[in-house]
Amino acid sequence: MKRRVVVTGIGVAAPNGHGLPAFEKALRDGISGIRFIPELKELNFACQVGGVPQDFDRIRKSYFDFEKLMSMNDNIGYASVTAVDAWRDAGFELPESGDDRVDWDTGAIVGCGIGGMDTIARSVVPMVNEGKVRRLGSRIVEQVMNSGTSARIAGLLALGNQVTSNSSACSTGNEAIIEAVQRIRAGLAKRMLAGGSEGASPYIWAGFDAMRVICRKFNETPGAASRPMSGSAAGFVPGSGGAILVLEDLDTARERGVRIYAEILGGAVNCGGQRMGGSMTAPNPEGVRNCIRMAVRDAGIHPEKIDAINGHLTATYADPVEVGNWSEALGRGPGDFPWIQSTKSMIGHCLGAAGAIECAAVALQLKNGFLHPSLNCEDVHPGIEAYGHRIPRECVEDADLKIFAKAGFGFGDVNSCLIFRKWEENGSHE
Amino acid sequence: MSEQEIFAKMIEILRPYVKDASLLDGATAATHILDDLKVNSARLVDVIIGCEDAFGITIEDDEADGIRTIGDAVSLILKKAE
Repeated sequence: MKRRVVVTGIGVAAPNGHGLPAFEKALRDGISGIRFIPELKELNFACQVGGVPQDFDRIRKSYFDFEKLMSMNDNIGYASVTAVDAWRDAGFELPESGDDRVDWDTGAIVGCGIGGMDTIARSVVPMVNEGKVRRLGSRIVEQVMNSGTSARIAGLLALGNQVTSNSSACSTGNEAIIEAVQRIRAGLAKRMLAGGSEGASPYIWAGFDAMRVICRKFNETPGAASRPMSGSAAGFVPGSGGAILVLEDLDTARERGVRIYAEILGGAVNCGGQRMGGSMTAPNPEGVRNCIRMAVRDAGIHPEKIDAINGHLTATYADPVEVGNWSEALGRGPGDFPWIQSTKSMIGHCLGAAGAIECAAVALQLKNGFLHPSLNCEDVHPGIEAYGHRIPRECVEDADLKIFAKAGFGFGDVNSCLIFRKWEENGSHE
Repeated sequence: MSEQEIFAKMIEILRPYVKDASLLDGATAATHILDDLKVNSARLVDVIIGCEDAFGITIEDDEADGIRTIGDAVSLILKKAE
């Protein structure tokens, strides 16, 4: 029998809140974290709004000493703060200075989509071009290497199990969690920190602006810019931040007597092969449906048991297609469709951090029995009008919410899907 | 700048890289930067850059390689700043 995996700790730094109380309040109240970004206007971006965790420079300075801060760009800062938050939330203390012990049972899979682009743009390129290579100092590699986030976390927490960083574009955060679940299931680790992060930088967002896939029509009204499932959706809003979940073998969690947020029943990743309508930038619908079906099968549940969906739903033309894919994959039409929501309606699309922040939102909703509203879709896209009654427009208190499906899709035609279940000690699944 | 002032400035340059700040309390010219202060060897290049910025000098790679103790650094800086 495979081991069961539960969520025992959460750390989150989202554009609409850092820390669980602030993030949960923002979710419940439908508070948007999208703001006008003056720098984007100065740089002639068509999209001048974005989601950036507020006051984060002050926050990370309160966590780390000067020596560590010198090696932290945005991306690593979000990952490091949320790793510490998640670790403490799971009931652990940070290692004391001078403690030389290693935690061989715990690892980390924490990725990002774009990574240390801000460091490359602001330090590496100008200084190399000026012939000042030696003036770069010792801190560049650890900030631009793809494993920069997981490597920093390993040092902060003395982790001795697998420590790595995955990358699969906007599917990164979900994929990290699925990989970590599989490692715990296989008995190779008792506990894993898993999630993703992404910096806030015009250098990260420029390519998307050039592709005209980010929102350029709501610069005057930032809170209305991210419009998943809306007929007036005009592209995604770039976001940033990070989230990390502490995933744990159920037996280990029980031995510790720790609070459990949710169980991860199953998950799946795949690729649409960039065929059958799929491409570098668009998902093959059959690939999406297969991924959802595989996740449901892995979870060992019937599709009708799914109460709610937290979709990828970025506010592009792909949203109606995604809703149709869910319907077909689950065999559930508008009449018995689950609730469906987009956390991106509040925080934008946080790229490599998106899946992780949204999984944190799912775990919180299951633990505390509510469905956050999906903003800015009063004018539901005509293609999915029949599903409109299943989109929560206000916070819905629902203590009976049991099973949540969460999906993410990314450039390269990669897909990921997770199935979460509310944790109920002595529940019917026990 | 006097030798004493350079020494005091060196202590401040080194401080962020010394995990146990108490190791700096009794530091002398003979204190070894890596062995005694436990500074991560990769960070020595940052210490050298810190010296260049603080004293307005350029330290060549060969000269940097010769710095083992705080006194080594102070002597080099004194010579360069002349």
